[in-house]
Amino acid sequence: MSPALAAALQVAALVVALAAAWRPLGDYLARTLTSERHTRVERALYRAGGIDAGADQRWPVYLRSVLAFSLVSMVVLYAILRLQAYLPYSLGREGMPSLQALNTAVSFVTNTNWQSYSGEQALGYTAQAAGLAVQNFLSSAVGIAVAVALVRGFTRTRTDRIGSFWVDLTRIVLRVLLPLAAVAAVVLLLGGVVQNLAGDTTITTLGGGTQTLPGGPVASQEAIKELGTNGGGFYNANSAHPFENPTGFTNLVEIFLILLIPFSLTRTFGRLVGDVRQGVAILGVMSGLFAVMTAITVWAEIQHAGPALQLAGAAMEGKEVRFGVPISAVFASATTGTSTGAVDSMHSSFTAYGGGAVIVNMLFGEVAPGGVGSGLYGMLIAAIVAVFVAGLMVGRTPEYLGKKIQAREMKLVSLYILTTPALVLLGLGAAMATETGRSSILNPGAHGLSEVLYAFASASNNNGSAFAGLSANTDFYNVALAVAMALGRFLPICFVLALAGSLAAQSVTPATAGTLPTHRPLFAGLVAGVVVIVAALTFVPALALGPLAEGLS
Amino acid sequence: MTSPVLSPEPEAPQRGSVGAGAFDATSLVSSLPEALRKLDPRRMWRTPVMFVVLVGAVLTTVIAIVEPSVFAWAITAWLWLTVVFANLAEAVAEGRGRAQAASLRATRRDTVARRLLPGGGEETVAATELRVGDRVVCEAGDVIPGDGDVVEGVASVDESAITGESAPVIRESGGDRSAVTGGTKVLSDRVVVEITAAPGSTFIDRMITLVEGANRQKTPNELALNILLASLTIVFLLVVLTLQPLAVYSGAEQSIVVLVALLVCLIPTTIGALLSAIGIAGMDRLVQRNVLAMSGRAVEAAGDVATLLLDKTGTITLGNRQATELLPAPGVGMAELADAAQLSSLADETPEGRSIVVLCKERYELRARDEGELLHATWVPFTAQTRMSGVDLDGRAVRKGAAGAVIAHVRALGGRVPDDVTATVDAIAGSGGTPLVVSVDDRVLGVVHLKDVVKAGMRERFDELRRMGIRTVMITGDNPMTARAIAEEAGVDDFLAEATPEDKLALIRKEQEGGRLVAMTGDGTNDAPALAQADVGVAMNTGTSAAKEAGNMVDLDSNPTKLIDVVEIGKQLLITRGALTTFSIANDIAKYFAIIPAMFAVAYPGLDALNVMRLSSPESAILSAVVFNALVIIALIPLALRGVRYRPSSASDLLRRNLWIYGLGGILVPFVGIKLIDVLVSMIPGLG
Repeated sequence: MSPALAAALQVAALVVALAAAWRPLGDYLARTLTSERHTRVERALYRAGGIDAGADQRWPVYLRSVLAFSLVSMVVLYAILRLQAYLPYSLGREGMPSLQALNTAVSFVTNTNWQSYSGEQALGYTAQAAGLAVQNFLSSAVGIAVAVALVRGFTRTRTDRIGSFWVDLTRIVLRVLLPLAAVAAVVLLLGGVVQNLAGDTTITTLGGGTQTLPGGPVASQEAIKELGTNGGGFYNANSAHPFENPTGFTNLVEIFLILLIPFSLTRTFGRLVGDVRQGVAILGVMSGLFAVMTAITVWAEIQHAGPALQLAGAAMEGKEVRFGVPISAVFASATTGTSTGAVDSMHSSFTAYGGGAVIVNMLFGEVAPGGVGSGLYGMLIAAIVAVFVAGLMVGRTPEYLGKKIQAREMKLVSLYILTTPALVLLGLGAAMATETGRSSILNPGAHGLSEVLYAFASASNNNGSAFAGLSANTDFYNVALAVAMALGRFLPICFVLALAGSLAAQSVTPATAGTLPTHRPLFAGLVAGVVVIVAALTFVPALALGPLAEGLS
Repeated sequence: MTSPVLSPEPEAPQRGSVGAGAFDATSLVSSLPEALRKLDPRRMWRTPVMFVVLVGAVLTTVIAIVEPSVFAWAITAWLWLTVVFANLAEAVAEGRGRAQAASLRATRRDTVARRLLPGGGEETVAATELRVGDRVVCEAGDVIPGDGDVVEGVASVDESAITGESAPVIRESGGDRSAVTGGTKVLSDRVVVEITAAPGSTFIDRMITLVEGANRQKTPNELALNILLASLTIVFLLVVLTLQPLAVYSGAEQSIVVLVALLVCLIPTTIGALLSAIGIAGMDRLVQRNVLAMSGRAVEAAGDVATLLLDKTGTITLGNRQATELLPAPGVGMAELADAAQLSSLADETPEGRSIVVLCKERYELRARDEGELLHATWVPFTAQTRMSGVDLDGRAVRKGAAGAVIAHVRALGGRVPDDVTATVDAIAGSGGTPLVVSVDDRVLGVVHLKDVVKAGMRERFDELRRMGIRTVMITGDNPMTARAIAEEAGVDDFLAEATPEDKLALIRKEQEGGRLVAMTGDGTNDAPALAQADVGVAMNTGTSAAKEAGNMVDLDSNPTKLIDVVEIGKQLLITRGALTTFSIANDIAKYFAIIPAMFAVAYPGLDALNVMRLSSPESAILSAVVFNALVIIALIPLALRGVRYRPSSASDLLRRNLWIYGLGGILVPFVGIKLIDVLVSMIPGLG
């Protein structure tokens, strides 16, 4: 079988698997989030936490719950990282330095999983499993909860209640993420991913030298790392490491897990608003953009422009032979199109356009299909902008799903849209303007600019992958990126929840022939256009001086 | 409900699309001084996008003075022009209203009032000294000094100062025709008017404020759009501010003039410059239709209307019953019936009577006869007692009238009424029509079918509204059977029969609870609560002051059909904003293609591949983008004032059409425009 055919079959298998899971998982999520019943375990948890499971929250209360929960999570994770030497299974690792621990705590609580440390060298198993893996579950559940709260803004009328954060969080973790991750962990385990508490094993190689083989509870962490679009690798090499991702099969499973929930949430959205076609339209926008960006990345990597790459015969630098070029490119697109950030190849070694495409994926605002929950709410924001412009063009006060988009809504949407571009641009500008920022750049010229652009795009959009080629474990980057991650996560959440409150308070305007239909291809195309144009207008100068300059020279 | 006293155009002119207001190029020149006055930063601050351009222009001016160059001065000049053009758009829009205001103000000047003293007698005071509750006397030739209600007497009044309609109207005490407007003129008789509005807040005062747009409030959608434009401006400000470190790192440091030029090209100046002109022009289009909107909010709401409540009489039907058919009795020829029907109606000056003469002429080709031709005729006029009219001619007694009256008359003469005729009479009454019976002596000749005639073109109009997603509900005092027949004929979606003001109010509330916006017209005092409750309430100018207070629009022509125009103008206003926003943002793509290679091809020669327009030099490329950006504002002023073309159609069709024109057009036009300007600009020494 030729490599091209193999890659095509793998992509086909991926599409089929995602399509098969879309409906049942989406429906299950919708049922879970609207169910009136609480399980015995949940009731016990609510009693222990003193939570009235029947009481819905107003949006400021929901927001305070999200923020308080995340702050506590950060403090706990920071403490674990700092004090890991005193915890069991520490493998003799020291506590993490304070700024790096801050960066890491923020990173995992914001679902970013930017890593300025090397997992196998810096962390013991307790910090990995009880610290990072727990946040992998919780931070992704927070994302889904916020998305659901926004959807409730559309489905509810004349109320100030948008649901209970604690109930949403508990259900998503217990009924959705834990069971799915358990199954995925077993599949990965069967595929050869390691799972033990053995610590480091030193062996003598055939050549006579010694090598240290790390162990660890990897499969269990790998499952939620992909499923929750977290992306923080157990090892430094992330999914390129043979113990995290040993074969082409596990590689495909990981791509599937990355895309599973973000795509399925469109079905959940359609079910919750009572019109599956609305979800299909959003799915169409996400998959259309994702397909185009993946095609560009794969094309760029197969073309392997540039004399060195032409001589080598394929753009194999930074890629694993066991995955091959096309599937590595698909993985790269999946991990940046969602806010995952796991990597099975080094993005810095990608061709100029391939590397540019994965940056653009992030600069879209992580919406195609985006992180778990955050992708959906990000795309709904884009849909609101599209509705606003299009609504004016059909001569009516713009409305989406029966809710009017007026000054208050536009204010929140505009603030949302401003946040990440502002963080990326200010971060990038600050890094390039200061000696401290520039000194971390390892490659000169346009590629060096791409490295910094990538770092801030990744952190602000909560992706977490790194371009490599940038020494990010400096005080400047640890702090600047931590700020970008925290603001890039929580400011948008503030605006989304305020928007949910504002929408829920409205009554519904019934649809007439004068209402703009939001389930047709024309509208889906317009939403995709909004995503592309907002990103393009904001980042064309930076992209021109980075990937474009590199590719055109 | 009373039907409008004046219906200057019983057949409302059919308009396929909202018409244009004339745009005169000379108004650009005459508005220039006002445009320059608007450069005041305190006024500019109200449009943040243009304020940024103003700051940029000041900045480049300073630089051009410190380090003069052809390029810096050229950019500076065009940045100032960009700001002036934007102000010009607003000034032109306001100028049209100001002319109207001036003529209104003339009517208000120097009016004196004859105020009645409580103890008897009267004194002469200036109109401006009148207080609410004062009573003034107005006689033929007097200008009514203020808004009020006639409390005594009846007079004919010339209201042309407000309505432009020269035919006088009757104003009398009591009832729904008691309201008079300050500035109008009494033509005959004498009335006593009780003043209901303090000087400064009269109808004319409000009109002047409105057409001048002096304290125009931003409408809800305008506010929302402004927020979007402001946030785009902030994004581009960040883009440009953070670009310099990147440029320095890349070895292509940019001058501040170039960065300002880039910023101005990127921020949505086109829509930012035209936004307030669009709003003013929208109100102005209403004024041109003789509709006064008390707030821009109401105009916008008109675009969102989902339910239209229309009075049957005068709006959907002509308001008078008309003869539509002659139905002969057995054994009677059509010619004989037509002849008798015509004869008996010649003396009948009611609209019903005239319509019979017309029907006989048009349908049955019977020559119209003059009363004077028939010398020996004795005319029997219609009275409420006899309920019939007719003529005694050559010994024959020809009669026509209400079925019961004529049948009684025939029977009294010993005649017999055929069963067929009574059956026809019942059938007509059953269908909602009115049967008139024609007789000669003791013979019944047949029946005339009178019915409420639906205005021509109404069905098409309602179909149009349905396509726009608007449901029409006919309001009538008729019984449900009659109402249903007319509703079906006119093609309205629903009807409310035997409607009381309370029913109307309840219907509006019900619609609104379902989230639908309601528009209605009304003129009587008992309409006031419904007018106030409706989202768009258009009061007829002939109506009472209570109705005019309650509604948020006043139709000076008192033509209820105009509600449909109001809806279209409301939609057109939003579409114009949306279309120009799309156009403005789409323009940025071409500008990037012009400016990015111009800025960075020095550092990375490969980027010259982006110079798809093959612009001649970096300076000419940047200047051409700035010039295009400024000229497009001027080019679009007529469109902003006129509004984009609007044809009633479904939302999908409208979106598709406008996306093609303003989205795709917005992407393509600047490529052509910038290239053409570059060809000219590159001839300037120092730039080529």
